[in-house]
Amino acid sequence: MSIFNQLLSAFFSRLFFLYILSVTASQAELVSGYEFSSEQAKEFQDDDFQNPGFLLIEQGLNVYNKIGDNDQLCSNCHGLNGDQFIPKSIAQFPKYHDILQKPVTLRDQIQHCWVSRLDNFSLEYDDPELLALETLVRNKAYGEKVNVNISGKIKPYYEAGKAFYFTRFGQMDMNCAQCHDIYTGKMLRGQKLSQGHTNGFPLYRLESQKMINLPQRLRECFRSLRAETFEQDSKEFRDLEIYLNARGNGLKIETPAVRY
Amino acid sequence: MSFFMLVKINNFIISCIVVFIPFFPITIHASPDINYIIKDDSILNSRNDLTGDPYKGRELVRDRNKGNCLACHQLPIPEDAFHGTIGPSLHKISLRLTEAQIRLRVTDMKQINPISIMPGYFRSPEKITRISPLYENCTILSAQEVEDIVSYLVTLKSDPFESPL
Ligand code: HEC
Ligand code: HEC
Ligand code: HEC
Repeated sequence: MSIFNQLLSAFFSRLFFLYILSVTASQAELVSGYEFSSEQAKEFQDDDFQNPGFLLIEQGLNVYNKIGDNDQLCSNCHGLNGDQFIPKSIAQFPKYHDILQKPVTLRDQIQHCWVSRLDNFSLEYDDPELLALETLVRNKAYGEKVNVNISGKIKPYYEAGKAFYFTRFGQMDMNCAQCHDIYTGKMLRGQKLSQGHTNGFPLYRLESQKMINLPQRLRECFRSLRAETFEQDSKEFRDLEIYLNARGNGLKIETPAVRY
Repeated sequence: MSFFMLVKINNFIISCIVVFIPFFPITIHASPDINYIIKDDSILNSRNDLTGDPYKGRELVRDRNKGNCLACHQLPIPEDAFHGTIGPSLHKISLRLTEAQIRLRVTDMKQINPISIMPGYFRSPEKITRISPLYENCTILSAQEVEDIVSYLVTLKSDPFESPL
C-alpha cells in the first residue's frame, strides 16, 4: 500500500469518526418544533397580533373571570388575570397530585379546580372553554423551561408512556420514535419531521385553522398510522403525555405556538 | 448461505375494498390466502396468474391512500411537487435490484429489516397492533397492486427520463 493510500485512508477514517461524533451529538440535542416549521408559521408565531392563539387567551380570560356555581372565581385564589400562577410550577406539569393520588396534566388540574373549587359541572375533555383556560395558564409560563419531575410516584406512569412511545401501531406499523427520533429533519412528502415535542401546546394549526391541545395532535398521528385511536382522557394518552413532556425537559414553553 | 422460508396464511383476506357508507364500512373480501415464498432476499413471482400493469403502478405509488411511496421516496414523477427523503431515492432502482428483490421489499420490508419504517404493503394483518376498525383484516395493497408497483419499478433504469411511462 502506498503512502498516499495510507494517508487517504487515515483521513477518511478520521472524517468518519467526526461524522459519528456529530450524529450522536445531534441526537442528544433538543430542538423545538419551531425550528422545523415553515417561514410562514414562524412569522405567525412571532407576531402576537397575527398569532391566532392570542384570541384564545382573550377568551380564556373571559372564562377565568366567570363566576362559578358557588360564587367563587379563579381569581380569588390565583390572582387577577392569573398573575399569581408561578411559571416554574406550571412548567412542571404533568405532575403527581398528592391529594388526588394520581398524575395530573395541566388540563386535569384546571378541570379539578373547575369542578371542586367552583362547583361547576365538569367540562368535556375537548371543550373550547377548557382549551382556552389551558392556553391562558400555560402562556403564563411562556419562556420557562419544561421541567417534569419523573422520580417518585410518577415514575411507573412515565415508564408506561415511554414503552408506548416505542410501540408500533396501526396498519402502517410504525412507532413514534421512527418519525420523531430517527428520521427527524427528513421530509415526509411536503412536511418536515420534527422531534415531536410538546413545548408549544396548546397550539394553532394553520392546516385546520384551529387551536388544538396535545391529545388532539396525538389522535391525528394515530389516524395517519391507520391505528385505532385512544380516548383523549385515556390512561394511555395521559402516560404518553408525561413521557413526551419529560422528553422535552429543558425546552422553552412557546404557548401558543403556530404549526402547519 | 441461503435460507428458504414458506409464508402461508390460510383463510386470510389479502385485499379489502373499504366502502364508506356512513358508520358502516363494508369490507369486501377478495382472495382467501396470502401465500408466497421468500428465497434469499427475494420473492419469485409465485402468483403467475397476476401480471403487473406499470401504468397503474405509477398511479399507485403517488396515491396517498394506496402506495403513497412518495411520502418517503423520490421517484421520477415530476408532476408531484413534494417527494419524501426518509427512504433512498428509487431513481434507477432496477439497476440495483432484481424484480424478485423489489417484490419482497414492497410486499414486506420487515422480512429483511425488522426495524424498518417502511410499511409492509402485503404484510399479514395479524402481525399488527391496534389496526383501525376501518382497515381490519386488510393489507395495505392487494397482491395485484403489489405486482403493478413492481412492474413499474422494474422500468426505472436510466436518468433523467428513465421512465418510459
Ligand atoms: C378556592 C381556591 C381556588 C380556586 C377558586 C381555583 N383554584 Fe386553582 N388551585 C387551588 C389550589 C389550592 C391549588 C394547588 C393544587 C391543588 O390543591 O389542587 C390550585 C392549583 C391550580 C393550578 C396549578 C398551579 C400550579 O402551579 O401547580 C392551576 C393551573 C389552577 N389551579 C387553575 C385554576 C383555574 C383555571 C381556576 C378557575 C376555573 C382555579 N384554579 C380556581 C385553589 C383554587
Ligand atoms: C409517519 C410519521 C409519524 C409518526 C409515526 C408519528 N408522527 Fe407525530 N408528527 C408527524 C408529522 C408529519 C407531524 C407534523 C410535523 C412535525 O412537527 O413533525 C407530527 C407532529 C407531532 C407532534 C407536534 C410537534 C409540534 O412541535 O407541534 C407531536 C407532539 C407528535 N407528532 C407526537 C407523536 C407521537 C406521540 C407519536 C406516536 C404515537 C407520533 N407523533 C407518531 C408524523 C408522525
Ligand atoms: C414511511 C416511509 C416509507 C414508505 C411510505 C415507503 N418506503 Fe420504501 N423504504 C423506506 C426506507 C427507510 C427504506 C430503506 C431501507 C430500510 O430502512 O428498511 C426503503 C427501501 C425501499 C426499497 C429498497 C431500496 C434500495 O435501494 O435498496 C424499495 C425498492 C422501496 N423502499 C420501495 C418502496 C415502494 C414501492 C413504496 C410504496 C409502495 C415504498 N417503498 C414506501 C421507507 C419507506
